[in-house]
Amino acid sequence: MAVKYKMKKTPGDIVFTVINYIILTAVLLAVLYPLWFILIASFSDPNLVTLGKVLFKPAGVTLEGYKKVFEYSQVWTGFRNSVIYTVIYTFLSTYLVLTGGYFLVRKDVIGNGFITGFFMFTMFFSGGLIPTFLVVEKLGMVDSMWSVIIPGAVSVYNMIIARSFFQTTIPKELREASELDGCSNIRFFFSVVIPLSTTIIAVLALFHAVAEWNAYFDAMIYLKSSKKAPLQIVLRDILIMNEVDSSMHMDAASMDERQRISDMLKYVLIIVSSIPMLILYPFIQKHFVQGVMIGSVKG
Amino acid sequence: MAKEKKKKTRTPLNSSELTGWKRKRLGYKLNFQKNWDMYLLILPLLIYFIIFRYAPMYGVQIAFRKYRAADGIRGSQWVGLANFKRFFSNYQFKQIIRNTLTLSFMGLLLGFLPPIIFALLLNQMDNGKFRKLVQTISYLPHFISTVVMVSILFVFLSPTSGPLNKLIEFFGGEARNFMGSPTLFPWVYVLSGIWQGMGYSAIIYIASLTSVSPEYYEAAMVDGASKFQRMIHIDIPFLVPMITTMFILSAGRIMSIGYEKTFLMQTPLNISASEIISTYVYKVGLINSDFSYSAAVSLFNNVINLILILTVNWITRRMSRENALW
Repeated sequence: MAVKYKMKKTPGDIVFTVINYIILTAVLLAVLYPLWFILIASFSDPNLVTLGKVLFKPAGVTLEGYKKVFEYSQVWTGFRNSVIYTVIYTFLSTYLVLTGGYFLVRKDVIGNGFITGFFMFTMFFSGGLIPTFLVVEKLGMVDSMWSVIIPGAVSVYNMIIARSFFQTTIPKELREASELDGCSNIRFFFSVVIPLSTTIIAVLALFHAVAEWNAYFDAMIYLKSSKKAPLQIVLRDILIMNEVDSSMHMDAASMDERQRISDMLKYVLIIVSSIPMLILYPFIQKHFVQGVMIGSVKG
Repeated sequence: MAKEKKKKTRTPLNSSELTGWKRKRLGYKLNFQKNWDMYLLILPLLIYFIIFRYAPMYGVQIAFRKYRAADGIRGSQWVGLANFKRFFSNYQFKQIIRNTLTLSFMGLLLGFLPPIIFALLLNQMDNGKFRKLVQTISYLPHFISTVVMVSILFVFLSPTSGPLNKLIEFFGGEARNFMGSPTLFPWVYVLSGIWQGMGYSAIIYIASLTSVSPEYYEAAMVDGASKFQRMIHIDIPFLVPMITTMFILSAGRIMSIGYEKTFLMQTPLNISASEIISTYVYKVGLINSDFSYSAAVSLFNNVINLILILTVNWITRRMSRENALW
């Protein structure tokens, strides 16, 4: 077969393949270059970066920026908070979404149609920002860690992904058999469905973990005290609002020097905050691909 | 004849056993006895939806009231459509709607094709290391948080130290303040969105293309079709149903553009192009504490979204049932 393919390669096909290589290489470089630039800038003398001397490889290599970030206590508080929020959120959301997804496949349970509609409707209509805020406020969750965990805990879209998975992997016969053995639904869910669903559990857990790790909006709305701020909020203050903690400038005499430190912190922070993801990326990316594919099967 | 027969067989059943209605009720009862624990399983979920999804919908009525925290939701004075009128007559109204639509339509028009083209080209590559590398790297940016993404934009596009401006200057152009220009704002927004999302959006197309039967290619090759022709005449028609579905989904979301990225990209210089409905809702609501007005603006937006989704789905259903969402 392979030989046959090769033999059929006409000059036109070769030209096509070459152009294809060129385009895809261009795409590859376009995706990588901005990231590469930040990486080399984080190791370079910020003055040289400003002058445009750092474009392809680092210049005036220094680890000063990394040292500064290590001394920046707010960053580490944020890091710790983000880890805590992400772990709790991931467990809670994944559990809730799995139960919901399993309920959705149980068409035999009365009220299934109604409850499915009850869930789905929220995908198309919501109370909006302020009414939601008022509810969270009324529950006394403002400025508590639960405000960034619970209000956004359930995604109906992920529930549908879970449903698509259950539809294809949990045969009806399995349930009917265990029903005859007197197995309750809850027991069936925990001791049969869950063990058979490691694939979807991995996918959902990663979806949730990445979403929570990257989220900033709920934290911006609900968390008032900076001690509770997750990493993304700390990053936003430094990177976008340009609010660098004044203690970082203690030894900086001039405005220029301050700007220099802020610039350096920016590059380093982007890298440091992305490191957990970059380390995990090779291992988790295939689960995301899987998730997208499971989700694309319409139930 | 047939009717008479039916009647005859039904009568004895009715008299000796349960009527249809009672039988149905017994069915429900038995079903509930067997499955009541399914409700127990999703009880936390039901509570969640009632509190965090439906209670806010109840609270939407503050859009028609003059909400004061001391009076509560139902105690606040009813003002009818006053909040909506205020929004429609606001000097910013036209601009906000225009900005929202500009970002959405540009995002849809410019962002829709690249993932498809990327998937088609990648699919023509032999299954080698290069193909795998390109695909894996292509969806890396998807995992970057919005905050970091926007920071990268500020750094990368900086008029003084950003490499893009260095490149422009190198070719004799003039450095531009990309993040401070209302005319450039939609471009920066949309193109960075493509940079971040293209690879991830392509996954679904790439996956789908792997299921094209090789027999089609073989038959086409026998007929002397080139690689390019095979792509045009086999791959593209194969993707059409999926493309339609994806397009419908995007079209239905045209007014529901997210605030997360836009909000962070806003600078005082580009605000005339970057203020959209959702960022406006946030500002008037949580910064100015104008709760009722903010709720009215977002209700207006949500109702339009709902109508769009329903319309798009209705049209799709009429065209082809299987592509419709429900």
